Amino acid sequence: MALKTASGTAECPECFAEIEVKNVMENEIVQCPECGIDLEVVNIDPIELAPAPEEEEDWGE
Amino acid sequence: MSKMKVGVLYSRVRAEEKLLFEEFDRRGVDLELIDDNTLIFDITAQGDGRRFRDFDVIVERCISHGRALYSLRILNDQGVKTVNTALVADNCGNKLQTTSALTAAGVPQPRCLIAYTQESALEAIEMLGYPVVLKPAVGSWGRLLSKINDREAAEAILEHKEVLGSYHHSIFYIQEYIHKPLRDIRAFVVGDETIAAIYRTSEHWITNTARGGKASNCPVTPELNDLCVRAAKAVGGGVVAIDVFEDPERGLLVNEVNYTMEFRNSIAPTGVNIPARVVDFCLRVAREGWAAANGWRNGGPEAKPVSLTSGVSA
Repeated sequence: MALKTASGTAECPECFAEIEVKNVMENEIVQCPECGIDLEVVNIDPIELAPAPEEEEDWGE
Repeated sequence: MSKMKVGVLYSRVRAEEKLLFEEFDRRGVDLELIDDNTLIFDITAQGDGRRFRDFDVIVERCISHGRALYSLRILNDQGVKTVNTALVADNCGNKLQTTSALTAAGVPQPRCLIAYTQESALEAIEMLGYPVVLKPAVGSWGRLLSKINDREAAEAILEHKEVLGSYHHSIFYIQEYIHKPLRDIRAFVVGDETIAAIYRTSEHWITNTARGGKASNCPVTPELNDLCVRAAKAVGGGVVAIDVFEDPERGLLVNEVNYTMEFRNSIAPTGVNIPARVVDFCLRVAREGWAAANGWRNGGPEAKPVSLTSGVSA
């Protein structure tokens, strides 16, 4: 399969900054350059961002 | 000849997952991304009902230890080859089990004591002498690590963990504090080779890069390679990241082994294409099986799982 990616702009749901993203995939984690929050790309057509889930106890390497 | 079919089980796409996806894509495999947030396992399915039976290998990249462990167990029990195996996840996802497996294999480590009550834990702490490090058996990224410098702190932390924590916070994992030189070593093992290593330098005693530790290249000496390959084999082999302390008197000691390793900060300082080496290994597992990919001539070490039963190595 070819990896499905998209580039464009979307709004940070936390600080409402307009963020530019390049070649992002669904479920990819990006950081808002304005407020620093981790965001998850929940849709790529159109690009939509949501706050990334909070870290849980068994998360890690 | 049909394309090799590779699955990647993931929770979200971080830098590591994207690098792996891109590398698999470059190899021309039939790549399927399996999102663990939407996954449903038909655990009782037989034969054709097993959804993943046609995969040549499935690579686990879950962010949650629980999801990783149980998914690998189901897949391995259904005969699906995985990287890593459920055995490796079981051994590495729990520090108590890692330490026990490393001890069984004679791998040098900091001294560690286990206790189950506040009273016995306090006694164990004082057997080791202050400072000690108290760690949750399951956890990562330096979360909830406690450096305990005196008895009063020990009493307070033990009480808090027993009263406020869930039951597994009363499995007290107590490790000798190593006076390391403001850094530790993170070494990356793929099969039977330590492919790269970094120093993680920090003024803080916790050196995880997730907590601000700075990465720089660490030469892979024969001594470091030998230690890390032995540690990897002790937990079941595969693709693992080994945290190593430099003890001023005893030399290199293995602290932890990580089985869903993060490597984004280690490619540039080491100059090693870590995702390419991981993909090489996964494809070799698909073609030749787990033991051959690990370079084991006699089928590998004997498994000694604790929370899972044996027979899970694909």
